[in-house]
Amino acid sequence: MASMRDIKRRKGSIQSTQQITKAMKLVSTVKLQKAKNRAEQSNPYFNYMYQTVTSMLARSGSMNHPYLKAGSSQKKAIITIASNRGLAGGYNSNIVKLVTDSGISKEDAQIYIIGRKAKESLQRKGYEMKGDYSDVIEGPTYEDASAICEEVLGAFTRGEIGEIYLAYTHFKNTVSHEPTLMKLLPVEFEEAEIKEADSNVLMNYEPNEEEALDLIIPKYMTSLFYGALVEAVASENGARMQAMDSATSNAEEMISDLTLKYNRARQGSITQELTEIIAGAEAIS
Amino acid sequence: MAEENKYFQLEIITPDRVFYKGEASMVEFTSVDGEMGVYKHHIPLTTVLVPGIVTITEANGKKEAAIHAGFVQILGEKVTFLAEIAEWPDEIDISRAQAAKARAEERLRSHSADVDVARAEIALKKALVRIGVKG
Repeated sequence: MASMRDIKRRKGSIQSTQQITKAMKLVSTVKLQKAKNRAEQSNPYFNYMYQTVTSMLARSGSMNHPYLKAGSSQKKAIITIASNRGLAGGYNSNIVKLVTDSGISKEDAQIYIIGRKAKESLQRKGYEMKGDYSDVIEGPTYEDASAICEEVLGAFTRGEIGEIYLAYTHFKNTVSHEPTLMKLLPVEFEEAEIKEADSNVLMNYEPNEEEALDLIIPKYMTSLFYGALVEAVASENGARMQAMDSATSNAEEMISDLTLKYNRARQGSITQELTEIIAGAEAIS
Repeated sequence: MAEENKYFQLEIITPDRVFYKGEASMVEFTSVDGEMGVYKHHIPLTTVLVPGIVTITEANGKKEAAIHAGFVQILGEKVTFLAEIAEWPDEIDISRAQAAKARAEERLRSHSADVDVARAEIALKKALVRIGVKG
């Protein structure tokens, strides 16, 4: 049996770990609330954006626009959104797994990374990093999103990449987050959605449709990307909150286990001392 | 016959919030083709915005706001702005706008090769709109 002092020391260290995990959980809870609010506030914008773009494309489905067809290049850009910090359960490794299992080969993939943790593990696996915007995730703004999109779109229009994907964690609710891979460009829509949008009134465009698409598609992409950023932040904090919650309760369990062991050891040592005293007294008499 | 209701639904939405939601009888703004005014029952139209001042005429007076980049979707009964940035006059920091204006003008004057003219022009336009709305 471990000595009393060892058990006590072990218990102390677990207790201080528990304090940290508890504090981290509280911090993530607050951050999650904030991120959730932001995600909700930005929702109307994306819904409208999506509606507008679908109805535009419904009318011009057969249009020969560069943003609507894949480029000639084999290369595929993946904008990957993860986190700069660990201790968030499977959050980062799920995103990495999503990218490696996406069916896009290492040679063809060009990663635009956000989040140092995912960057490290993807680099170890031999993926090529095209850009690193890890600082953005600390407080994503629409300007950040549009700057990154501009850069990726530039590569697309120059023909350096043929397709653009977005890998992020979709925030379903506080306890459920889903790693999602989404195709940004060329724009593709479900047939059913297009038909539904088709019932809309006849829309005019000013300037003409093609120019309007030229201007609106980058905005559409930016808005999707910004939405993904905001959701990813919410997911990250949700994941961390869950991870820290279970860490705290595990620590609780270990502490009660150790307390029991400590009390047993203490009782054992008292009993032993008593037996020794009695034995000594008997030997004298 | 009673006078027809001349108000339509107006929404201005930015990525961060629903900037404005209400009923208006007229809205004026600047599109890529120039300044436009929209009443109820306008033909369906989607157009792209350039930095400019949006004037909303409500039942009880006019409201002005600065809008930078985005597009607007006009349907007979409803007008929706999707703007990247929208600000009320009291949200604008005038000294910052003036500094931005001076900076952009400086860049445009310098004519050096590493100046992105289009970008400086947009920055200048934005600053001018901010100052205009404030003044």
